[in-house]
Amino acid sequence: MKKAPRILMIGVILVLALGLLAGCGGQSPASDSEQKQEDKMKVGFVYVGPVGDAGWTWAHDQGRQYLEKQLPWVVTSYIENVPEGPDAERVLTQLAEEGHKVIFATSFGYMDYVIKVAEKYPDVVFMHCSGYKTAPNAGTYFGAMEEPRYLSGMVAGKMTKSNILGYVAAHPIPEVIRGINAFTLGARSVNPDVKVKVVWTNTWYDPAAEKQAALSLLDAGADVIAQHQDTPGPQQAAQERGKYAIGYNCDMRQFAPSASLTAPIWNWGPYYVQTVEAVKNGTWQPEQYYGTMKDGIVDLAPFNDVVPQEVRDLVEQKKQEIIEGTFYVFQGPIKDQKGQIRVPEGGKMSHEEVLGVDWFVEGVEGDIPK
Amino acid sequence: MENSVWVAALAAAIIAGTPILYAAVGEIIAERAGVLNLGVEGMMLVGAVTGFMAAANTANPWLGFVVAMLASGAMAAVFAFLTVTLRSNQVVTGLALTLFGTGLSGFMGKPYVGVALPVTFKPVAVPGLSEIPVLGPIFFRNDPLVYITYILVPLAWYYLYHTRPGLNLRAVGENPGAADALGVNVFAVRYLHVIIGGMLAGAGGAYLSLAYAPSWLENMTAGRGWIAVALVIFAVWNPLRALLGAYLFGGVDSLVYTLQAATSISIPSFFLKMLPYILTIIVLVLATRQTVVKHIGAPGALSIPYDREER
Repeated sequence: MKKAPRILMIGVILVLALGLLAGCGGQSPASDSEQKQEDKMKVGFVYVGPVGDAGWTWAHDQGRQYLEKQLPWVVTSYIENVPEGPDAERVLTQLAEEGHKVIFATSFGYMDYVIKVAEKYPDVVFMHCSGYKTAPNAGTYFGAMEEPRYLSGMVAGKMTKSNILGYVAAHPIPEVIRGINAFTLGARSVNPDVKVKVVWTNTWYDPAAEKQAALSLLDAGADVIAQHQDTPGPQQAAQERGKYAIGYNCDMRQFAPSASLTAPIWNWGPYYVQTVEAVKNGTWQPEQYYGTMKDGIVDLAPFNDVVPQEVRDLVEQKKQEIIEGTFYVFQGPIKDQKGQIRVPEGGKMSHEEVLGVDWFVEGVEGDIPK
Repeated sequence: MENSVWVAALAAAIIAGTPILYAAVGEIIAERAGVLNLGVEGMMLVGAVTGFMAAANTANPWLGFVVAMLASGAMAAVFAFLTVTLRSNQVVTGLALTLFGTGLSGFMGKPYVGVALPVTFKPVAVPGLSEIPVLGPIFFRNDPLVYITYILVPLAWYYLYHTRPGLNLRAVGENPGAADALGVNVFAVRYLHVIIGGMLAGAGGAYLSLAYAPSWLENMTAGRGWIAVALVIFAVWNPLRALLGAYLFGGVDSLVYTLQAATSISIPSFFLKMLPYILTIIVLVLATRQTVVKHIGAPGALSIPYDREER
């Protein structure tokens, strides 16, 4: 009498649990499995977020699609939502086992796993984004995001009325600090009274938290919000309050049509094409690639209609100077938050200093948590 | 200036507290019937994703809100079938419901990640009331879903303590055998209130995806369902105290950013973000002690399946 229902109950719970497994298991929409042509070169991508994040991973996936379009002899596949942990090793191994000749790992936390798996598959080329470890068959690649960030800072500095800019920042690591510094230098180059307030969220990807952080900055008097985050949350906050914002990763105007002024963006496609071609031709070397605006790997998104022509001209002119190499973002004189000169007049920060920066420039309000 | 920053922080606390409040009131109602449903997090997620899907496809956030409540209500009905009719262990079944909801919502929401809603819930100032200094901007310039909680909470309190069905509900949670002897249909009461509780959890999830964020992201509740479960104990199963607690939890959430943006006080944000959880533990310890001492609060038959034959 009592046994039957209990067995039924266990059965239902099992079904629930299986449903969960099915829900999690369907994570690898490997494309183009319908026509496996042996002569095509297989290229794999590992993503930290979903391809629909409208940010970091989306930008990489645009690059993947560009690669497939440009090189008809290439077939690509990707695996999304791969956590920065032991799972990454499994996924990288799986891609290598499946015969991928080039594998792009697109998040910093994959670094050690890339090196580990690369050792086991010497015939596969591994490319790791934003890391610093290399091997005979593993290189790194990244871009000088500070260049378009500087330009976006100029736009913000020109558009602000309160002279307070807000910056929603993810994690206190050199990549983010570098961006804040470049943004601040750009803003103060056109408006020396500008201050940049920084709020840390300690997450790359949390729309609610990012939006709330942006709102707190707007409440504190900021009227232009910049972000080093992967969702359009901060843009939506500015849109709601009728203020301005600077996006990141890609053009974010669809989420905040009247607020989003422009955005420093990634353009990975041409680099992916160049790398895969080099592998095919046998000219590939395990280098630490750091692309610039000149290479086209970083750029500034189109301007919002509200940005006046005068500002566009100013930014365009500086962009040309950066491309021609007559202007360098981290050239002296640069003072830190305490007003001490860190880079003297006529001096430049070295590439290593730029990559490891752990201090804010003058004009930034906020701490770097240690 | 300085003043308005703090007013804004308090207003943000209300908004951050609202999704937890919906879920906590729902859970209070279910637990008052003697059913402990730990599936809140899962039901919130399913509510968030289904509400978002409906709102994205119909451009009607209200329809999304209703769909969210129906979907999570359906999950709660399954839970009620398992725990009330089949008398399964409520804790284990609740955990299964959370795991199931997390996976299901992530799976269903895949195509909706990064999609912008055509229409979302927007703040509406209440005429007159919103002009009151300090209180106006904090309480009366919010979106309609916040105003619903202003009515929902006293309503739930009145229902529990001042109506006959509320009395029956508490009797079922306290001593189902006695309630049954008095002619109260224990099974019907439990089914009904577990489903209502689930619907409110879904409403809390929909608040996140339709008004607060507004967007869909896998696992976007980020533990708010568990905070709601803790809040029920903090409130000692009273909806009015849940209101207070929800705004307290929300307040810590918004303080993390306000301190950084508006002051030079440098408290590590990791520490601040930890505070709600420490608070939960403290409250858990205090509230449990108090209930033991005063013999109030926790429904007597909480988490015990009712079996007529075992009376």
